[in-house]
Amino acid sequence: MHIPDGFLAARVWAPLWVVGAGGIWLSLKRVGRALGEKTVPLMGVMAAFIFAAQMLNFPVAGGTSGHLLGGVLAAVLLGPWAGAVIISIVLAVQCLLFQDGGITALGANIVNMALIGSGFSYAIYALARSALRLSVKRRLDPIMVAVAVASWCSVVLASAACAIELALSGTSPLRVALPAMVSVHALIGIGEAIITCLVISFVLRVRPDLVYGDEKRQA
Amino acid sequence: MKTREILFGLAAALLLALVLSPFASPWPDGLEKVAADKGFLQKGEGKPVLPAPLSDYTWPGIKSVRLSTRIAGVMGTLTVFMIAWGAAALLKGKRDSERHVTLPFGHRE
Repeated sequence: MHIPDGFLAARVWAPLWVVGAGGIWLSLKRVGRALGEKTVPLMGVMAAFIFAAQMLNFPVAGGTSGHLLGGVLAAVLLGPWAGAVIISIVLAVQCLLFQDGGITALGANIVNMALIGSGFSYAIYALARSALRLSVKRRLDPIMVAVAVASWCSVVLASAACAIELALSGTSPLRVALPAMVSVHALIGIGEAIITCLVISFVLRVRPDLVYGDEKRQA
Repeated sequence: MKTREILFGLAAALLLALVLSPFASPWPDGLEKVAADKGFLQKGEGKPVLPAPLSDYTWPGIKSVRLSTRIAGVMGTLTVFMIAWGAAALLKGKRDSERHVTLPFGHRE
């Protein structure tokens, strides 16, 4: 979903650069406050893993491929602010070194995938997890269900934001771009949910204390 | 995190980039597919505003496409690893030096 140069009009990408930069600045401030001894190297490991995983496109229906976004994965382990920072770093390197996503669209890509796909999607995860914990019947681990729901939402919401940006740029009308983007990414989101659940369940097994904000398991 | 665990995590990432990256699906991604179907793909095919050295995840001067992708993947993985770790270390260092004076007795991270 990395938008290249040319898809977005300057009246769309320029303000999104400002929003993206503001989001990163705020995230960096919040990350600085919360960093513990164990999270510093984990930031590096997480970013490396997400970069590598983003290279691995998996086929979905109709001659289309998708890859892990990793926003919810990073946020569940390191928190929403660190998640947004990690995805922004990955996006910046992809853009500057590998031409994956245009430099003009970098702000938009950061807004879609780092701020919405990681930071905001963490709120969906946290909300779903709390709601599920309150429910009486608990056959499924509330963390894993919340991870799956939030991962799927992160990809779909990012794609919807992208469609809105394309429409505002006059590239493709909203009634065309929105259903097309959301339907493709509803499928890619299933892959996102599966991979994120696999990785999180592995981490829960070996280092449950690494899951962010989970005091119960940390104790 | 213990050194062993950091190395394990980094090794897992490097292994993905080294072993699996050449076998990624070559099909267009969601946005590219929509752009092709809805007829605006050509808008993104002009000259990039800022040319990147390793465009399309290839390492220049290497004939084997697979090897080229592997090297680009490994270099990218190491690059983001160092940037993210470095950024976190800097932020923590800054925070710690600011807190140094104001921390109450016995406070431990």
